[in-house]
Order: sequence, then structure tokens, then C-alpha cells
Amino acid sequence: MKSSLSLIISREFFQRVSRKSFIITTILMPILMIGLMAAPALIMMVSTPSQKEIAVIDFSGMIAPTLQNSQSVHITAYAPGTSTDTLEANKNIFGVLVIGEDIIKNPSSISLRTHEAASIELESNLSQQISSTIEDIRLRELGYDNIRQILDDTKANVVITTERIGQEKSTSSMVSFFIGIAMTFILYMFLLIYGQMVMTSIIEEKNNRVLEIVVSSVSPTKLMLGKILGIGLVATVQILIWGILICSVSAWLMPSLTSMVTGNDIELMSVLSQLGDTGYIISLFAYLLLFLIGGFLFYSAIFAAIGSAVDNIQDAGQLQSIVIIPIMLGLIMAMSVANDPNSTLAFWLSVIPFTSPMVMLARIPFGISTGEIILALVVLYVSTMLVVWLAAKIYRVGIFMYGKKPNLRELIRWATYK
Amino acid sequence: MSNNIIEVSHVNKTYTRHQALTDVSIDIPQGSIYGLLGPNGAGKTTLIRIINHITAPDSGIVRFDGHQLSASDIYNIGYLPEERGLYKKMKVGEQAMFFARLKGLSKKDARRSLDQWFEKLEITSWWNKKVEELSKGMAQKIQFIITVLHNPRLLIFDEPFSGFDPINAGILKREILELRDKGATVIFSTHNMSSVEELCDDITLINNSHNILTGNVEALRKQYGANRYRITFDSASSDAHQLMQAIEPFVVSSRQSDNDKLSSSTVDFTLRSADALRPMLAAANNTVLINSFSPLMPSMDEIFISAVENSNNTTTQPPVYNEAK
Repeated sequence: MKSSLSLIISREFFQRVSRKSFIITTILMPILMIGLMAAPALIMMVSTPSQKEIAVIDFSGMIAPTLQNSQSVHITAYAPGTSTDTLEANKNIFGVLVIGEDIIKNPSSISLRTHEAASIELESNLSQQISSTIEDIRLRELGYDNIRQILDDTKANVVITTERIGQEKSTSSMVSFFIGIAMTFILYMFLLIYGQMVMTSIIEEKNNRVLEIVVSSVSPTKLMLGKILGIGLVATVQILIWGILICSVSAWLMPSLTSMVTGNDIELMSVLSQLGDTGYIISLFAYLLLFLIGGFLFYSAIFAAIGSAVDNIQDAGQLQSIVIIPIMLGLIMAMSVANDPNSTLAFWLSVIPFTSPMVMLARIPFGISTGEIILALVVLYVSTMLVVWLAAKIYRVGIFMYGKKPNLRELIRWATYK
Repeated sequence: MSNNIIEVSHVNKTYTRHQALTDVSIDIPQGSIYGLLGPNGAGKTTLIRIINHITAPDSGIVRFDGHQLSASDIYNIGYLPEERGLYKKMKVGEQAMFFARLKGLSKKDARRSLDQWFEKLEITSWWNKKVEELSKGMAQKIQFIITVLHNPRLLIFDEPFSGFDPINAGILKREILELRDKGATVIFSTHNMSSVEELCDDITLINNSHNILTGNVEALRKQYGANRYRITFDSASSDAHQLMQAIEPFVVSSRQSDNDKLSSSTVDFTLRSADALRPMLAAANNTVLINSFSPLMPSMDEIFISAVENSNNTTTQPPVYNEAK
């Protein structure tokens, strides 16, 4: 004989995962997220700007020969005597660049005349080329002939990878920052979406009075627990599916991507190696899961108590702020904490159960001592048990209260009923 | 072993500023149909929830079959609440299985019992329908099955007939009586007094959180009907006023009503004492042409109203009427 708790859990779970909407979001979300990340690059690739024809009349005679064509600019030099009016009349010519005789001494003696607005890219392309030519000429005049070559030869590009003492792995703070924020954001979304799912589903049960029938077979506390655990299981399954997807991307795609990148770009290499470190990614997911489950239980119990107390979702609005404000605060704090993951503020915010799931997740990618993580988890899970116990007491009374919209004080009084 | 399946003794329950039950005691005999009556908000539902182990009393004790009520007893109780619903998105069969298994049935037993009931009520074709496709009456049939399919020893029905058409109410009544005949005890909570008269053996009337009246239905009606009689007479040949004057010395109260179509009048009255019956009848016989004379049995409606009015005026202990031996 199955226990009534596991019956409730499995009903909640299978009712939800068998829905089309769950299957669609679970599969579509990662694709959508990858799509969103790849979108800017794709757009850049697709929309190569058309090459613009620039006519150059160079009175100094020193600049025009050095100007190079590029993807966006095509340069044609004209003799200094050419009439600008005829050039401007030519519709094929985008703009006419007139360079003054004294350009070397006076870099502003230059003008570009166009029919349409010139793009920033065009302007910077031209000005960079011209500036560097002028610089070269000036250097040559001063007698430093091949200084440009010397500078290029001696150029150094420093990339710092922080190696934590006692840890073998090297991490880039930048990558850690983004991973942390991404995890915090996923947690934030899950807490709100699944927490509210608990609340709405309780309100629904209360509203259509199926609850009256259910509680004649199972105690209200078990019903509430079953609902929270069932929905929590749905969230866990969804995260696991995503986690497996991302870990397999990390395991198979990243190494091949790394080998594709030529050895020059050290920065990109370090990002890829961090993301390609499957063990690291798996450990991050394990933490995400632990804090997700703890945070979900903690907050959904409060959501459940609120849901039991009201008759419809509209009435829940005000009471909901008890939960939504700390969750949002957690997200905001996580953002700022990620800039300085080892401050005292960061430590305390990641111990207090209201903010700890989100703040801790933002810090973990930087490599936080295991002791601190365990402390946060213990505090979170112990206070979760307390909150669930309290919520169950409120729930037991709330589900039979119809009509009046209760306030927070009344909820607390209900918790004292026998 | 006790003969009562439920014994509620001295139960109190208070909500914030509201006393739901005050020192309520009730014994419900095994195998009987027991009526739980009372105005809205009197405390009936709270009492039912306590018997169902949904809420706990502040003080007092509830015994089920001789032992103190515990969580496992709910497998022996079937409860059809007044306000009831089903999961809208679930299929009928799936949902019935869920509730059956919550009541402790194994998958196999649940399926077998459900098949029997679905066939009995001729609703086998509903098994794969979603609940939201059902009418209210159809959903109520499902709820009834869910309540009874684990063969509970105690059945609690809160306003079971509301929302049923007469045909389905008849089917329901038949099924309830059949369950009683098989040994189940039934508690009815209802405002429908005619069904109380028809079905209930004993009743308890709760008003303002107090148990104001407990007893056997027949005994109560006799008790409330003591010394109450009705005379119908021909109003064409005699004068109601004369009759009233003639019987006045013998009665406490009287009420007269005319029926012009049948040209007859009716006088209901309560005698001062049982001894006054014969002289009163002689006096009446001398004054009017009597068509009929009969003792007046009060309906449960009248008992209900007079008991509630009485208790609202006084705060005495409830009278207890036992079945005449």
C-alpha cells in the first residue's frame, strides 16, 4: 500500500510533467537561451554592411596613397584639381573626402561631405587610418623611422588567471561572475515560477472545494507537504534535464571548440577551458540543485500558507509581497555581491536563509570554502523545516476560511491554534 | 464493546472570537441513521470535521468504536462534504483511483470496487472523460462513489441531496439505505426536514454551538405532539367562534383556519392536560358538527423551529427524549 504522501506527490508530479506546456518549455527553454546568446553574433554575420565608395581629393599628396580599402570602404583617389561638384553629383559616390595641404601640421584640416549620414564605423575607419599615417610621417620627420615596427614587436598582452592557493583550478573572475549571475537568475526564476505554482494550485483546490474531499482522506499537513514536494520534483526534473544538456555541451562541444581556436587568444582560451571543465560544471550544478531545492522548499512553504489563506489570486497580491520582496532583494544583492564575493556583507547574506540561495550561488563560481557552503546549506535547511512546520499550521486553518481577506497578523494567530 | 460507533463527549472548539462548539456530547449508535441538524453556522460542520479527524477539538474527547479517534480511523469513514468539488483537469477514472487509493485501497481493490460502482450507477462510459466535461449532477455521482467505495463503517453526508434531481436523489437514497442495511452507520447533516423524518432514527439539533436537542425521531415527535389535537368541522352549519368559546376552559392555545372551498374550518389546539380531552371533546361535540378529530404530530420542521426559538430565549440544558420502551 502506497502511503498517502507519496500518492499526493505522484499525482502532483505526473499531472504536471505530462502536460504539453511542461514538455515544450523544458525542451524549448535551453534552445531559446542559446539562441538569445548567439543572436547578436548571428545578426552581425548576416548583416555585412555594403561597401561605400569614398572619393578622396588629397591636396597634401601624402595621405591618399596609404588609405586602404576594407569591407565597408572603397577608396578612389582623384587629382587635386577635380571639381567636387561633379563628384558629389555622382550617385555612386557615397562621400567626398577632402584632405588639406597642411594636414600633417593641422589634423583638423579635413572634411567629409556626404548625402546621407555617415556611419560611426565609416568615420572611425577613415580617421584611424589617417591618424596613423600622420603619426608615421611625424615620427619619420623626427628621425624615428621604424618605431611602429618596434612597438608592434615589443607589445605585450597580459591576461591574469587567478590561481587560488590550495586549489588546482584557475578561474577567470569574469567567467565566474557571469556563471554566478546566470545561476542566480535561474534560481530566481524557479523560486518565483514554481513557488507561485504551489500557491495558485492551493487556491484552485480551495476554490473548487476539492480540498474538502481530499482532507477527509489525508491530513492537511500531508496534503501541503505532498503538493510542495510534488511541484519541487517537477522543478528538479526540469533543472536536471537542462543540467544534463549543458554538461554534455561542456563535455563534448567545448574541447572541440577549444581546439578550433588558434593559440593566440589567451583570454578566450581560458574562458573555454573553464567552461569545458566538466567536473567544475557538474559541481556547480550540484550546488545549484541543493540551493534550488532548499530555497524552493523554504519559499514555497510561505507561498502555500498564503495560498491557503485567500479565496482567489487577486487577494493574494498583498500577502505575496512577503515572499516576492526578499526573493527580489536576493537577486539584487547577488548582483552586487558578485563584484566582491568575499566581503563581510556577502558572507552574511549567504547565511541568512531569505537571501542565501541566490547570494551563495553568485559566489560559488569564484571558489568559496566548502565549510562556508555547508554552513549556508545547514542554516537554509534547518530554517526550511521551521518554516514548513509554521506554514502547515497556518495552512490547516486557512483552507477552511472563506470570505474575509486575512492579514499577516491573522495568519500568525492561526499558527497558534491547536 | 460499546454499541456506539461514535461517542463525542464534552467537546469544545473555539476560533478567534467565535465559539464553534460548546460542551457538545453525542452518541451515535452502530447501524443507525443519525441526523445532525441545526441552522447555518451553528457548528455542525465543525463537529463533522472533528469526527473526521480533520480538526482537533480544544477539549473533550471523541471515540470511534470504543477507542479514541486516531488518524487511521479515517479509512473507516466516508465523508461527502457539503461544498464539494473534483480536480477539473483529471480524468474521471484516474481521479476516482486517486481518491480510492488515498482511502487505503490497493490498486487492484480500488479498480474492482470502482468497476462495480460505475456499473451499478450506469456510468462506465464516463471513465475517460475529463471532470470539466461533466454536469454538476454527474460530478456528484462520482463524489458519492468516492465517498462510499472503500466500504466505510461510518458514512457522513453533508447535505447529500442538494443539487440532485428527484430521480438521482431517489437513487442516492436507495444506495444509502442499502449501505445501512449492510451494516454501515450513516450521519446526515441537512436542512431538509422531510428527509430527516423519512430516513433518520435519531437526531441531534445544534444551535449556537450548543447541543439543544437530542433524541429518537419518533419519541421527539410524540413528545412535541403531546396534548396537541386538530378538529375539523363544517363551517356552514356552525360557528367557529362558538367552538372556541366552548373549548376555551380546556386548552392552553388554539389556532383557527378556514377553508372556504370545502366550507370547513380547522382548529389546532394544545390541551391543558391529558385529563381535559374527554370534557373538551364533549363540549366541542355539543357546539359544532365535527368532521374529524385527530392527534396532531408535529413535523420535524416545527420541532426544529420551536427548539431553536426556545434555545435562543433560554440557556437551559438540552432536554433528552428517549425512545418509548
